[in-house]
Amino acid sequence: MDKAKLKVGIQKYTMIIVLVLVMLFFTWGTQGKILLPQNITNLISQNAYVFVLATGMLLCILTGGNIDLSVGSVVCFVGAVGGVMMENMKLPVVVAVILMLLMGAVIGAWQAFWIAFLRIPPFITTLSGMLVFRGLSNVVLGGKTLPIKSEMFVRLFGGGANCYVPDFLGGGEGLNRVALLAGILACVIYIFVTVRGHVNRVKKGYDTGNVGAMYGKMVVICAVILAVSYKLAQHKGIPTSLVWVLIVVLIYGYITSKTTIGRYFYAVGGNEKATKLSGINTDKVYFIAYTNMGLLAALAGMLTIARMTSAQPTYGQNYEMDAIGSCFIGGASAYGGIGTVPGVIVGAVLMGIINQGMSIMGTDQNMQKVVKGLVLLAAVIFDVVSKKKNS
Amino acid sequence: MAKILLEMKNITKTFPGVKALDNVNLKVEEGEIHALVGENGAGKSTLMNVLSGVYGYGTYEGDIVYDGEVCKFHDIKDSEEKGIVIIHQELALIPYMSIGENMFLGNERGKKAAINWDETYGMAEKYMKQVGLSESARTLVKDIGVGKQQLVEIAKALAKNAKLLILDEPTSSLNESDSRALLDLLLSFKKEGMTCIIITHKLNEVSYVADKITVIRDGATIETLVKGKDDLSEDRIIKGMVGREIADRFPKRKDSKIGDVNMEVKDWTVYHPLYTERKVVDHVSIKVHKGEVVGISGLMGAGRTELAKSVFGRSYGTNISGTLLLNGKEVHLKNAKDAIRHKLAYVTEDRKGDGLILGNPIKVNTTLANLEAISSHSVIDKDKEYAVAVEYKEKLKTKCPTVEQNVGNLSGGNQQKVLLAKWMFADPDVLILDEPTRGIDVGAKYEIYCIINDLVAAGKSVIMISSELPEILGMSDRIYVMNEGRIAGELNREEATQEKIMSCILKSSSKGE
Repeated sequence: MDKAKLKVGIQKYTMIIVLVLVMLFFTWGTQGKILLPQNITNLISQNAYVFVLATGMLLCILTGGNIDLSVGSVVCFVGAVGGVMMENMKLPVVVAVILMLLMGAVIGAWQAFWIAFLRIPPFITTLSGMLVFRGLSNVVLGGKTLPIKSEMFVRLFGGGANCYVPDFLGGGEGLNRVALLAGILACVIYIFVTVRGHVNRVKKGYDTGNVGAMYGKMVVICAVILAVSYKLAQHKGIPTSLVWVLIVVLIYGYITSKTTIGRYFYAVGGNEKATKLSGINTDKVYFIAYTNMGLLAALAGMLTIARMTSAQPTYGQNYEMDAIGSCFIGGASAYGGIGTVPGVIVGAVLMGIINQGMSIMGTDQNMQKVVKGLVLLAAVIFDVVSKKKNS
Repeated sequence: MAKILLEMKNITKTFPGVKALDNVNLKVEEGEIHALVGENGAGKSTLMNVLSGVYGYGTYEGDIVYDGEVCKFHDIKDSEEKGIVIIHQELALIPYMSIGENMFLGNERGKKAAINWDETYGMAEKYMKQVGLSESARTLVKDIGVGKQQLVEIAKALAKNAKLLILDEPTSSLNESDSRALLDLLLSFKKEGMTCIIITHKLNEVSYVADKITVIRDGATIETLVKGKDDLSEDRIIKGMVGREIADRFPKRKDSKIGDVNMEVKDWTVYHPLYTERKVVDHVSIKVHKGEVVGISGLMGAGRTELAKSVFGRSYGTNISGTLLLNGKEVHLKNAKDAIRHKLAYVTEDRKGDGLILGNPIKVNTTLANLEAISSHSVIDKDKEYAVAVEYKEKLKTKCPTVEQNVGNLSGGNQQKVLLAKWMFADPDVLILDEPTRGIDVGAKYEIYCIINDLVAAGKSVIMISSELPEILGMSDRIYVMNEGRIAGELNREEATQEKIMSCILKSSSKGE
C-alpha cells in the first residue's frame, strides 16, 4: 500500500481510531470498569436518545448545515402529552404511542412547512419551536412531574429494571442466550450480505474495489458485534432501547446510502441549484428532513419518559446539542452534503464513552461539560485541517 | 533591447503525486505584454501562483529573479510590495461593498482605527478614471456589469502600484465589445511602461495584444514566440499548445439529416423574477428540427439564458407566457422534473454554480438527473450506477483516475464532460447547451463539438447558446440572433458571417432606442 492510499485510509477512519484511543484511555483511567457488562448496558440505554436524535439531525445537517434547535423541547412536549394520555386519560399504550409519533410528525411538519416552502431560516424557525414547545410542556404538565406507571410502556421503551428483551431460550442465571444468538445471527446476516454483494459484482463484471479491505472491515465489524453481544449476555441481555436504536439506525442507514431520497439529501447540501435543475423538488427534500426530525424526536421522547418513568417539564434540555455534536464529531460537514449514519453512530458512541468514562472516574459535572465542549471543537478542527491538507 | 524585468528559472513544483511544473523558464521584458497559453491543466495558473507567492518560497524549486534580484515571496503581500499584482479568473470583489471599499480592501486609506473615506473615494475615482470608469466610487459592485467589475479589478491593481500585472483569463466572462475595450486598455498601459502577463484561451486576443507568447504544455515550457519574428497565427499557437496541428477546429458532421420539427416555442415572453415589470424575453419564437444544431448568438444579457431556463420547466422568471410545442403537441411544463420527463435537457453555462455538485464523485453527478434509471422502487443500484458512470466516462473520454473522483478536482473541460454525461444519461430529445465550451481549452472544445455531432447524428436536437462567434458559425445549421430579449434575426448556415450577426444586433438596438 503506498503512502497516499494509507493517508486516505487513515483519514477515512480517523474517528474510529480516536474512538479506540479514547476507549483505551478510559479503560486505563477506570481500571477496566468501563468495560464491565453493566456499564456497557448503561452506555447504550443512557444514550439511546442521542442515537435516535442524531440520526434525524444528520438529515437536516445534510441539506446544508441546517440544524434543528427544537428537538429537546419537542422530546419533552411529546413525552408530556404522552404521559397525560396514558396516565390521566388512561388511553391504551398502543394508541398513545401512535398518537405520540403522529404528534411528533405534525410538529415536525409545522416547522418544515415554514422552512421548506417559505424559506424561513431553519435556525430561526426551530429556535421558535424550542421556546414554544418548552412552554407548552410546562402548560401540559402544570409545571409538575407526572409519574409513568404503565408497565407495558416502560418495558417496551427501555426503562426501569426489566427493560430487557426476555430470555425466552431459558438461559437461567448464566449467559443470556438471546443476546448471544442475536449477535451471532447479526454477524451471519452481515457476512451473507457482504459476500453476496461481492459475488454479484464479480458475476456482472463490475469493479470489485479492494477485496482485502472489504473483508478486513467485515472481520472487524463482526468482532465488535460479537464482543458487544457477549458483554450484554453477561449482564441481563439486550436492553429494549437498543432494539429501537438499531431499528432507527438500520432504516436510516439504508435510506441515506441506498435510496433516491437519501441521495437527494446529499445533493441538496452539495449544490441546491444544480439539484433543482436536475428535476428534483428541493423544497420537498427540506420538508421531509424536518418532518422526519419531529417524528424521531417523538420516539426519543418516548425513550426518555420510559427511562425516567416520569414526564417532567425540564426533560430534553440540551438534547439538541448532543445530537448536533454527535453529527459533527461523526464527520458531518457544517456546510452540508457530507456525513453518514455510521459516522454519526461513531460520534454518538464517542460522546457516550466520554460521559460514562468521566462519570465512573468521578470527574466533576462541570468539568465534564468543559471536556465535552473541547472534544467537539477538536473533532471539527481535526476534520477541517485534515481536509485542507489533503487538497 | 529592453531590460528583463522578470525571469523565472527552472521552476519545478510538485503536488503529492503530480509534477505540475517541470523546469519551466519564463522571461518577461519590461514594458511588454506577454501571453501565457496552454491547455487547461498545463500549469499556467500554477506558475503564476508560484510567482505571486500563493505557493510560498520553499515549496518549489528554482529561482524567481525580479528586477535584478532573487525573490523569496512567502505570500501574496510580499509579491504585491514589489509591484507584482495578480488578478484572478474568478473576480474577487464583494458585491455589497462599494467600488471604493473594494479597491482598498486590505489596503485601507487612513489609520487602522479610522478609515479616511474622503481619501478612499477620491483616490478610487482617480484610478477608476485611468481605466475608463465614470461611475461614482460609492456605487455598489453588484450594481455594475461584469465588464466593469473586471475594470474595477484592474483599478484595484493600479491602486497597489502594480508594475507587473498578471491577468488570469480576464475576458472569460466578458462579451466581445467589453473584451476588446479591456485589451485596448492593456495596450494603453503598455505605452506608459506597464508590464503585463496575460493568461487566456482566446487566441484571437493573444494575436491582438501580445508581444511574446510562451506556450506551456504538460507543465513544461514548449516555446516562446516573438511578434515580428515568428508566425503568431492562431493555427501556429494551437499547434504549440496541443503538440499537433488541428486541421479543422470544428469537426465535420457526416450525414446531417434534418427531420421534423422537434420543439417549437411561440410568442414566449418572460419577466424578471425580482423586477417583475422588466421584460427579459420578449415575444420570442424559435423552433428546432430533429438532427439540427441551432445556434443562439447575442451579447451578454440578450436574454438567451433566460429564454432557455424558462423553457426548461419555468426554472427562471415570472409571468411566463407563450406556447411550447414538443413533437407538435402543446405541453405545459411546471418544473424541471416535468421538463426532463418530456425529454428536454438544459446544460447550464454555470457548471460550478448550477450544474455540478463539486464535492461529490463523478458517478453521483452523472446519474443525478435520472436516478430512476438506476434504481428500482427508489432503491439505488450502486453497481449499476458505477457501470453507467464508467460507460459515459469512456464514451466522452473524460480524463480521470476513477469515477469515484470528486468533480471539484477535475479540470474545466472534464467537468463540462461530466455535465454533458449527466444530461445525456437523462436521455433527452432536445438539448439546450448554454455556453458549452466556456473556459475550456482547444482540445477539449474539439471533443465537445464531436459529442454535439454525435448527438444530432442520433436524431436529437441541439440548441447551442454561445458568445463565441466562430463557434456559432462553425457548428450551427441555423442561427438565431438575440438582442435585448428579442429575436433580432435568423440566419442560415450558408449566409451567416460574423459581420451579419453583429449587424443584426446593431440594427435591432437602434430600432429599440
